[in-house]
Amino acid sequence: MNLLGKLTWSAIPFDQPIIMGASGGVVLVIMAILGWVTLKGYAPYLWREWITSVDHKRIGVMYIVLGLIMLLRGFADAIMMRSQQAIAAGGAQGYLPPEHFDQIFSAHGTIMIFFVAMPLVIGLMNFAVPLQLGIRDVAFPTLNSVSLWLTASGILLTNVSLAVGEFAKTGWVAYPPLSELQFSPGVGVDYYLWSLQISGIGTLLTGINFVTTILKIRAPGMSYMRMPVFCWTALASNLMIVAVFPILTATFAMLLLDRYLGFHFFTVDAGGNAMMYVNLFWMWGHPEVYILVLPAFGIFSEVAATFSGKPLFGYRSMVAATMAICVLSLTVWLHHFFTMGASANVNAVFGIASMIIGVPTGVKIFNWMFTMYGGRIRFSVPVLWTIGFMVTFVLGGLTGVLLAVPPVDWQVHNSAFLVAHFHHVIIPGVIFGVFAGYIYWFPKAFGFILDERWGRRAFWCWFIGFHVAFMPIYVVGLMGMTRRLQHYDVVSWQPWLVVAAAGVAVIFAGIVCQIVQLVVSIRQREKLRDVTGDPWNGRTLEWSTASPPPAWNFAVLPRVAERDAFWAHKVRAKHGQLAQAREYKSIEVPKNTLTGFVNAFFAVVIGFALIWHIWWMAALGAIGAFVTFLAFAFREQDEVEMTAETIARFNRAHPTEVAL
Amino acid sequence: MNVAVAVYDVKQDAFAPASEAGPTPKRVVVGFGFWVFLLSDIVMFSALFAAYAVLVHATAGGPAGPQLFNQVSVAIQTACLLASSYTCGLMSLAVSAQRRLDTYRFAFVTFALGAAFLALEIREFAGMIASGAAPQTSAFLSAYFTVVGCHGLHVTAGLIWLAVMMAQVAIKGFRPAVDRRLLCFALFWHALDIIWVWLFIAVYLMGVLP
Repeated sequence: MNLLGKLTWSAIPFDQPIIMGASGGVVLVIMAILGWVTLKGYAPYLWREWITSVDHKRIGVMYIVLGLIMLLRGFADAIMMRSQQAIAAGGAQGYLPPEHFDQIFSAHGTIMIFFVAMPLVIGLMNFAVPLQLGIRDVAFPTLNSVSLWLTASGILLTNVSLAVGEFAKTGWVAYPPLSELQFSPGVGVDYYLWSLQISGIGTLLTGINFVTTILKIRAPGMSYMRMPVFCWTALASNLMIVAVFPILTATFAMLLLDRYLGFHFFTVDAGGNAMMYVNLFWMWGHPEVYILVLPAFGIFSEVAATFSGKPLFGYRSMVAATMAICVLSLTVWLHHFFTMGASANVNAVFGIASMIIGVPTGVKIFNWMFTMYGGRIRFSVPVLWTIGFMVTFVLGGLTGVLLAVPPVDWQVHNSAFLVAHFHHVIIPGVIFGVFAGYIYWFPKAFGFILDERWGRRAFWCWFIGFHVAFMPIYVVGLMGMTRRLQHYDVVSWQPWLVVAAAGVAVIFAGIVCQIVQLVVSIRQREKLRDVTGDPWNGRTLEWSTASPPPAWNFAVLPRVAERDAFWAHKVRAKHGQLAQAREYKSIEVPKNTLTGFVNAFFAVVIGFALIWHIWWMAALGAIGAFVTFLAFAFREQDEVEMTAETIARFNRAHPTEVAL
Repeated sequence: MNVAVAVYDVKQDAFAPASEAGPTPKRVVVGFGFWVFLLSDIVMFSALFAAYAVLVHATAGGPAGPQLFNQVSVAIQTACLLASSYTCGLMSLAVSAQRRLDTYRFAFVTFALGAAFLALEIREFAGMIASGAAPQTSAFLSAYFTVVGCHGLHVTAGLIWLAVMMAQVAIKGFRPAVDRRLLCFALFWHALDIIWVWLFIAVYLMGVLP
């Protein structure tokens, strides 16, 4: 028996210049950053203030940093796929061999959904929800840190697969029997499964945390119908996380049992049923789409109301639509595989359900339009993203209604048309929303706004680039091109795919603009500084405290008497009814802990060991995680006290927090 | 007037609805959060139950339920688990009365009954595997071992948790954090009972239907 399981030197593909170059570059960048942090003496600061922090605002920022870094990785995969397909027509084979191309499209999908969209959305919820609810932290701050670092563990394992071993070649859905040991004997699928199991636990814990927070911890007076819409969408999203992520965990556990212990859940022999995997996967997978898009809808709602200077049109219908989507999203999963061979009646039921779910989404679109109608709109960058979203998303949604018709779906199932459709809803729906939220809440997080000029350039590049990149994909889809082709014989597709590749280049220019925007803004932060804490003339409670907010968020919990509480307060203040002088009391804030980080370290050890069948190392990792957990359970002090004096001193220095 | 209002002393809103009462006390928040976790756990089990229901007839020439299930052993297992839930309830009463000795005593009985349940289950599994009915034999057996075994793993985790909690009571005493964890443990232990009742019906009773 080998001490290192299946792990040998041959796991590292030294003969593959692209892979070695990429992973070498990644290692160099990581070493450079670590070296810079150490030399500059930032390490203790990072450890004390960020890595061990349980502050929801910092955890949110770290989630977003993770998501943005992984966006670069996922986008690099996209560039490779688009350039390969632009070249590899007719006799040409392009520069990526099939087994590498297969890993790229699998990694692209996995990374973009789990490690870009999820961290970005969860990061924004972490940052904004407690502030909007007028409270000091989430229900379980330490658990929040554990969630963050488990997500980071999954991300790390996925990236390790670049250099050590391989990633799945099965597509991001890893359908059996292809993903079974019989047909995928390598470690690729194991990397996929363990990365997602580990980060999935983190996501589930986030869901539990936020459902509890939103339902049980709100500022005095904030009844459900006074919550900002972003909090409602966050509630819906987290309810769905709690309802469907355990299905994914169970499904992956079954596939793991098949692969590791020879069980027969999804195998071709001994009675296994591969279609059961597909059903279970999409019972998670379809709600997952709404887990991502609903918080983005919440961001668009906040942006539309704030920058129009009007209350959100149809608040109640917005809440109803959100909760309707939350429930309906659990009833449409079969439309991902109409071709399975279920009866026509079953297909019809799911087809109709898929069309019905478009109705509440339509309600939302009209609400945003009516919010803007008659408003004094400031065309700031978040508004550009919002309008860009509305225009683009409606079209993407329409192609979705088309796909919801089973006979049409039979024609275009697994074609490039489908690829174009889901990018057409996810990119404007989720990514545009996240970018709007990023620019909207950035000044709250860091105390200065982001440069407008570069923000506009980024938007236009993304907006134009998106359409140039994906409209041709619809066309080749209707011409019969299936998805995931490493090369193709029909040369008449090539011009369209060349245009699509050009579109990716334009999107790349947008990403460059965003990086430049960040750099420029940091350099000119004194000029862009916002000392009011309320740079956009906001309506909700997060704008009533200092930017960046103190660890305790609010020195005195705000008292809420109506919707858009901060706006109402500003109106009253104009009429001379200012709040009374305030008295500070000491506040207990949760103590920092290294539990999350250390636990995630052991999660990586366990995951890596299980992928490579290094059983002793997996056992050691499990013991380590358990000891970490015990150390946390037996620690003496859970909270540190912020004295009234500290709070008063902060508020004298930052006189922005308005007493509600 | 509800508890939350009393705690936060919101004078002008004394008659406001509960949803406007401000943050809920920690003990309620922790209990509620743990309920949400339990719901997610039950969702996971429901996925395994669904898999079992799909695969129950996929015996692939191997043995089926009626040839495998030992009703007597399962009945004793059920009795052990239900009784342990009762003693767990007695332990909760002892905890709320802050009676340390009773807490240990009922925790010990709960642990012993849980361990007995587990021992019987392991014996049942070992017997099946020895007779050639291993999880690798057929899709039905894969699903059976997974759904029942997942419950067994939960019981194992519960036993470890109970042992840790007794150490916490011994070392840290009845302080609010420890009390809250004991509350969560009790919820967990009762939830395992609920899942077992479903298992008993869906696997062991329906499995021997003619």
